[in-house]
Amino acid sequence: MVTVVHPNLEKTDAKMSAREVSVYYGDKKAIDEVSIDIPTKYVTAFIGPSGCGKSTFLRTLNRMNDTIPSARVEGSITLDGEDVYRSKMDVVQLRARVGMVFQKPNPFPKSIYDNIAYGPKIHGLASGKTELDEVVEKSLRRAGLWNEVKDRLEDSGTALSGGQQQRLCIARAIAVDPEVILMDEPCSALDPIATAKIEELIDELNGSYAIVIVTHSMQQAARVSQRTAFFHLGKMVEYGRTSDIFTNPLEERTKDYITGRYG
Amino acid sequence: MSERIAPTRTPAFEARLKKRYAAERRFKLAGLGAILFSVAVLAFLLITMTINGIGGFQRAEMNVAIDFTEAGLSGDQTTLSQIGAVQVLEAQGLPATVEYFAEQQLGEAGGAEISTSAWRQVADEIIDDPSILQREETFSLPASPDLAAGLSGEGSDEMKALAAQLSAQGKLETKLDLGFLERADATDPQEVGIWGALKGSMLTMIVTLLLAFPIGVMAALYLEEYAPKNRWTDVIEVSINNLAAVPSIIFGLLGLAVFLWLFPNMRSAPLIGGMTLALMTMPVIVISGRNAIKAVPPSIRDGALAIGASKVQVVFHHVLPLALPGILTGTIIGMARALGETAPLLMIGMRAFVATPPDGFTSPATVLPVQIFLWSDEIDRGFVERTSAAIIVLLVFLLLMNGLAIYLRNRFEKKW
Repeated sequence: MVTVVHPNLEKTDAKMSAREVSVYYGDKKAIDEVSIDIPTKYVTAFIGPSGCGKSTFLRTLNRMNDTIPSARVEGSITLDGEDVYRSKMDVVQLRARVGMVFQKPNPFPKSIYDNIAYGPKIHGLASGKTELDEVVEKSLRRAGLWNEVKDRLEDSGTALSGGQQQRLCIARAIAVDPEVILMDEPCSALDPIATAKIEELIDELNGSYAIVIVTHSMQQAARVSQRTAFFHLGKMVEYGRTSDIFTNPLEERTKDYITGRYG
Repeated sequence: MSERIAPTRTPAFEARLKKRYAAERRFKLAGLGAILFSVAVLAFLLITMTINGIGGFQRAEMNVAIDFTEAGLSGDQTTLSQIGAVQVLEAQGLPATVEYFAEQQLGEAGGAEISTSAWRQVADEIIDDPSILQREETFSLPASPDLAAGLSGEGSDEMKALAAQLSAQGKLETKLDLGFLERADATDPQEVGIWGALKGSMLTMIVTLLLAFPIGVMAALYLEEYAPKNRWTDVIEVSINNLAAVPSIIFGLLGLAVFLWLFPNMRSAPLIGGMTLALMTMPVIVISGRNAIKAVPPSIRDGALAIGASKVQVVFHHVLPLALPGILTGTIIGMARALGETAPLLMIGMRAFVATPPDGFTSPATVLPVQIFLWSDEIDRGFVERTSAAIIVLLVFLLLMNGLAIYLRNRFEKKW
């Protein structure tokens, strides 16, 4: 076993489980036998230096790596016990259940309303205009954006500020009512105030969705997550409760990273 | 110890700075010169075309009053509305009647210089309104090409004198000839019109657009979004790039060998012309389409995929709408090139003399650039101005087509 798991990590319901997952880009091994349970009710943070594979691993959870032709995944990943990589798995359905928010805000060049309504529309989740209006309002409210944009829903989503765009993307992910939300460094392109708002939002969403966040900022991991996994050179070095990882790291490399010796 | 001078404050640095500014000024001047030169060439072209072409929209006409009560022609609404009414009038002696009245009013020499097919214009007017046969009516009939040349100060001395005499009497004058936009090709420059070629061009362009645009866009989408990147797609890419550079006459040979072999009865048809030009236009649309699709940021695709859009939904809801302005730009370039193309159409027989406007995609037709080429080859002096007029019609058509495409492009343009 390459990963050190903290002994006082209590058992919780796992929404997603990865078992000995390895990811290759061509011949290069980017992820080496990672095993982890993503709990249903908590925020899980992946931390680690640049290029350690945390984003790659995140993208295997909803099969976004499928878009990279050379990428290959070994091992098993399950969502509620179903194998995500089995041939019968419907990728469209998987991604509706496991939503994703990206590093750089990427609203569609459409109106704010259409940005949110797009997911429910293609999945047929809302029948009729009133129901769609409700979904849009509910999603924007949950993302804490409603009061800022309610009077200009027809404006382009790209006209919003960076922080607002990222909350719009989170609202867009929420609109299809996923079970898991993956966030790939959602605050790295934002200023501290916008970052604080996103973190607040993650706190509020915690409990309703299983959330996985990849972050460069250890402070952010400490603030928003209950579970932390430390990645280094494609391996998951240490995993445990966030408080344990930050106050009592067991591995030398973890200790060096969180004390700022490298990374 | 001497005080240290910053390297940016030495005289050598200042001299270099001056040189840099001078280089920038030279570059700006060269650019401005290039623009001015192009504008001057364009202006020269347009001005000469307009000056020469205005004459093409006019022709020398003579006024002849014909009293049909004396002519003894008969005909009513029903007989004249049938096919062959022109032949009925011809059999009743309409040409001779027109000649007779022309000689009466214009003198023997003047009457002889009425265009030989002038009676056809009279026949058309009778067919439009048979009540003319019950009264006297004045017609403005085209003069012969010789007399028209005399009126514009060219041709033989004899004709110059006759033209001077007739115009002094007010019987011969240069009139605006809007019929030029309604008639088709003819052997007499006084009788020609551009409508046949214009309609042929329109029909050909419709076929080209309907074939090249969807096929080109689908090919571009498939190559960019679906096709694996391997040696085969590289070969296809190189082939498409080469296809865009193939001389157009080769496409004409291909059209001749393949399309006319498949549809032997459709020589000179806009359908075949359109298919041939579509082959030529398609690579341009594919290349510009692929570039436009490549320019759509991958983050948009990721965003759509991540909320569970299928690949087709990503392509048609997001990629295609964002790439459309770029695709349209390529389409404008391709279509403009196809509209001005002559060589491949000569190969498939669209240089035939077609005296009636085409009534469909499969009837014989010619197109504007070929018509211009044919007229420019004519010996008769009257064709020179008609050629310039045809060029003006071609340029106006081109402007309208491009204007429409630019309007569509700006409508679809979005920022991200």
